[in-house]
Amino acid sequence: MSEPRLVEVRRNVLKQNDVIARALREQFRAAGVFVVSLVSSPGSGKTTFLEKTLTQLQPRYRVAALVGDLATENDAARLARSKAPVKQITTGTLCHLEAAMVQSALQEWDLHQLDFLFIENVGNLVCPSSYDLGENLRLVLMSVTEGEDKPLKYPTIFNSADVAVISKNELAAAVEFDWDAARTSIQSVRPGMQIFRLSAKTGEGMEAYLNFLSHQFAQQRPVAQV
Amino acid sequence: MHELSIAMGIVDAALDEAQRRGAKASAVHLRLGALSGVVKDALMFSYEVACQDTALQGSRLIVEDMPVIVFCAQCQETRRLESVQLFQCPECGTPTMDVRQGRELEVFALEVEE
Repeated sequence: MSEPRLVEVRRNVLKQNDVIARALREQFRAAGVFVVSLVSSPGSGKTTFLEKTLTQLQPRYRVAALVGDLATENDAARLARSKAPVKQITTGTLCHLEAAMVQSALQEWDLHQLDFLFIENVGNLVCPSSYDLGENLRLVLMSVTEGEDKPLKYPTIFNSADVAVISKNELAAAVEFDWDAARTSIQSVRPGMQIFRLSAKTGEGMEAYLNFLSHQFAQQRPVAQV
Repeated sequence: MHELSIAMGIVDAALDEAQRRGAKASAVHLRLGALSGVVKDALMFSYEVACQDTALQGSRLIVEDMPVIVFCAQCQETRRLESVQLFQCPECGTPTMDVRQGRELEVFALEVEE
C-alpha cells in the first residue's frame, strides 16, 4: 500500500449554513426588514422580554417573531398575546436554530409586510454561537439573577453578539447584583458592546432600548422607502 | 451539545472531498478556532460516532487548535490573545475586536491513500 498523502482541501464545515444565512440576509435587506436574533440561557426571561418588545413596538412598526423551542409551543402561545404574527420552530432535540430552519419557517410570510422580525433562539449560551441566521443584530440577554460573571463563562456567545441586555432589573437589589462587575465582564469579552439594563416587567429602561432599535431600523432602511 | 451535528458536517465534507479525488481518507485535519463554539473533547467523541458505516470509519480526526489572533490598532501589530475572556492587546492593553484568526471550523486537509 502506498504512503498516505496529505492533500489540502480547506473546506468550511458550516459552509452550507453560511450560504443560506447570506441568502437570508440579502432577502431581509431587499424586503427592508430589520432582523434581531435573541440568545440567552434558559430562564433569563427571553419570552417575557420579547413579548414586551413586540407589544411596545407595535403601535409604530409591523413586527413578527419566530421562536425556537426544544419541545413545546408554550412560548409561541405566550407571544401570541402581543397580537403580532408568531411562528414556532420546534427543534426537537437540536439545541440551536440553523439558517435553513429560519428559511423554511419564513416561507409563508411576506417579508415586505414587516419592519422588524425577531428570532428567539433556543435557550442555550453555547451552541447558537456557531450559526449565522442572517440577522442584522444579535442580542444577548442575561438576567440579574444569573451572576455577573456569566459573560466570562460563555465568552464565545457574548463575543459574537452585537448588543447586550441585562434583564429583571426589578430583582437587582434583592440579589445584590453588581452592575460594575457585570459591565466589566461584558466589556472584557466584547469590548465596545452597548449594554441596556432594564426590567421587562416594570418597563424601566425599556424606552432606551426601544429607541436604540428604532435608530438601528432607520439606519438600515433603504433610502428609497417613502 | 451540537458537536454531533458538527462532526457529521465534517464527515460529509471529508467524504465529498475524498470522493472527488477518487481517494480514501485515513485522517482528517481540522482547524478549530478558540471562538468556533465547538468543544474539542465532545467533537472527538462525536467524530467516531459520525464515521460509523461510512468510508471514513476507523479514520483519525487530527485537530489543530487555532488561538485567537487580533489586530491591535495602537501597536499596529497582530497579537495572540492569552485568553478568550480578555479581548485586549496583551502588550499595551488596548481593547480590540479586530479578530484575524480564531473562528475557524475548517476541514483543512485529508490524508489520502490512492
